[in-house]
Amino acid sequence: MTSRAAQQAIVVRGLRKSFGDKVVLDGIDLDVAQGSVFSLLGANGAGKTTTVKILSTLVAAGGGRAEVAGHDVATDPDAVRAAIGVTGQFSAVDNLLTGEENLRLMADLNHLSTKDGRRVVAELLERFGLTEAARKPASTYSGGMRRRLDLAMTLVGDPRVIFLDEPTTGLDPRSRRGMWQIVRDLVAGGVTIFLTTQYLDEADELADRIAVLEGGRLVAEGTPEELKRRIPGGHVRLQFAEPGDVRTAQRILGGDAHADGDALALRVPNDGSLRSLKALLDRLDDESIAVDGLSVHTPDLDDVFLALTGDSGLEKVTNR
Amino acid sequence: MTTAVASHPLRDSTTMVRRNLKRMLRYPSMTVPLIAMPVLLLLLFVYVFGGTLGAGLGGASGGRAEYVNYVVPAILVITVSTVVQGTAISVAMDMTEGIVARFRTMSIARVSVLTGHVIGSLIQALLSLAVVTGVALLIGFEPRGSVGDWFALVGVLAAVTFALIWFTVAIGQASQSVEAASNLPMPLMFLPFLGSGFVPTDSMPDGVRWFAEHQPFTPIMESIRALLMDRPLGNDLWIALAWCAGIALVGYVWAKRLYNRTA
Repeated sequence: MTSRAAQQAIVVRGLRKSFGDKVVLDGIDLDVAQGSVFSLLGANGAGKTTTVKILSTLVAAGGGRAEVAGHDVATDPDAVRAAIGVTGQFSAVDNLLTGEENLRLMADLNHLSTKDGRRVVAELLERFGLTEAARKPASTYSGGMRRRLDLAMTLVGDPRVIFLDEPTTGLDPRSRRGMWQIVRDLVAGGVTIFLTTQYLDEADELADRIAVLEGGRLVAEGTPEELKRRIPGGHVRLQFAEPGDVRTAQRILGGDAHADGDALALRVPNDGSLRSLKALLDRLDDESIAVDGLSVHTPDLDDVFLALTGDSGLEKVTNR
Repeated sequence: MTTAVASHPLRDSTTMVRRNLKRMLRYPSMTVPLIAMPVLLLLLFVYVFGGTLGAGLGGASGGRAEYVNYVVPAILVITVSTVVQGTAISVAMDMTEGIVARFRTMSIARVSVLTGHVIGSLIQALLSLAVVTGVALLIGFEPRGSVGDWFALVGVLAAVTFALIWFTVAIGQASQSVEAASNLPMPLMFLPFLGSGFVPTDSMPDGVRWFAEHQPFTPIMESIRALLMDRPLGNDLWIALAWCAGIALVGYVWAKRLYNRTA
């Protein structure tokens, strides 16, 4: 266990938590390698935030054990706190203080010397594009700026493991991308990131490994590619104008084609490449079948997520 | 295995006190009314009600001049009540803004978050008390206590403030919202009226009088009055200090428990 813990930033075994009668975590196991991004994916209420709260020593586990940075969260919480940084879903900044003062507060609480504190604060303000707003109260910041300040405050202590609980929820697309870049830079610096999100593209974009949490249990775990392989491949949806065309198309395409929803559409397995699309359209063209519309569906983490969490009736569509 | 992580309770508490004082300066719309309120009450009671109430006291000089000297202890206690109402609001703001969750996940002396509020509010209370006393002196308050009495007075006021702050630090944590936190300590504003603060208790009907004589603010106000006006203290001081110790202890234990709960 010890040698293993040396390489794993986070080790969780049989973690449980209930609030009253409501079981929030029903025995989960996790291993997060040092220097990697691990994403915990789940819908609202799946137990993501509770997991982060337990791992960051805010809440006591109901059962099982968890080690973060080699320290047990239950028996040695202060050592865990010294190694981690947490940026939650709701910005934990002091609204009445300026951005700079918030960072100075963190420098003081991390017991940096005045000189080091000043340097670190100036660096972080610069790095997070907050230098101009440094002397304004945090209450006047935009959502993206607050989230950046929040993360900058987390970084003052130079944590080895960072928990990001839904770091981009409520941010506009530009701020989201900015946040992603910051996360990538952090990982490049050797930090371990434990990221919770309900956005699959975010997990796909950032994570080395993903675990899907549903009803307090892990229903899948693996790399984004492994998870995508677990669900059926892509297909093309063909839309026709005439019922006659549907019948003809179904005859020439054989058993591959299935009626899809309404009577004028067919679903045909297809990897979505140009070559196979052209082959498909050529076959229909040879029979002079008029195709009214076409859309390509590639499997993405949305499909995985929905398939795994039992809402497979919904599908994400990529129109081409 | 427990790893020793260096603890800096003093440094962390100092940082938190600085933070709280800074917040008070940044939030004048809350801080200024907290000082203005007791000053306005003082002016109201002296200049509007003071003539009649003072006549009822039956003292040698009578009237308004007599009443200023009578009412100042009550106003000082109300000053403390007002400041601690701000404490409750400030603690509740911290709790709802999520910054306390951040502090809890940091390796800092746990008590420092609460001591920051307690000491910050204590400083604010002493400043407010000085302002209110200054205004009282300007409008004719004539204290007769010795230098030793004044030291004792500061001690009593500090004890009352300390006790009520711990109590409201707990209330601030227990309230689910900032609004609730600003309403819950209201009785602290009201209780001096239901005691010997504004009129002597022997003018009250039996039931009210019984309550007025047995509630904690009466011995506190009587002690302050005795020290200010160089009158015999009797048992009031010890009863007052016992109440303060009790309230402080309950508040402290309650506040600590709320802060450390991890469920």
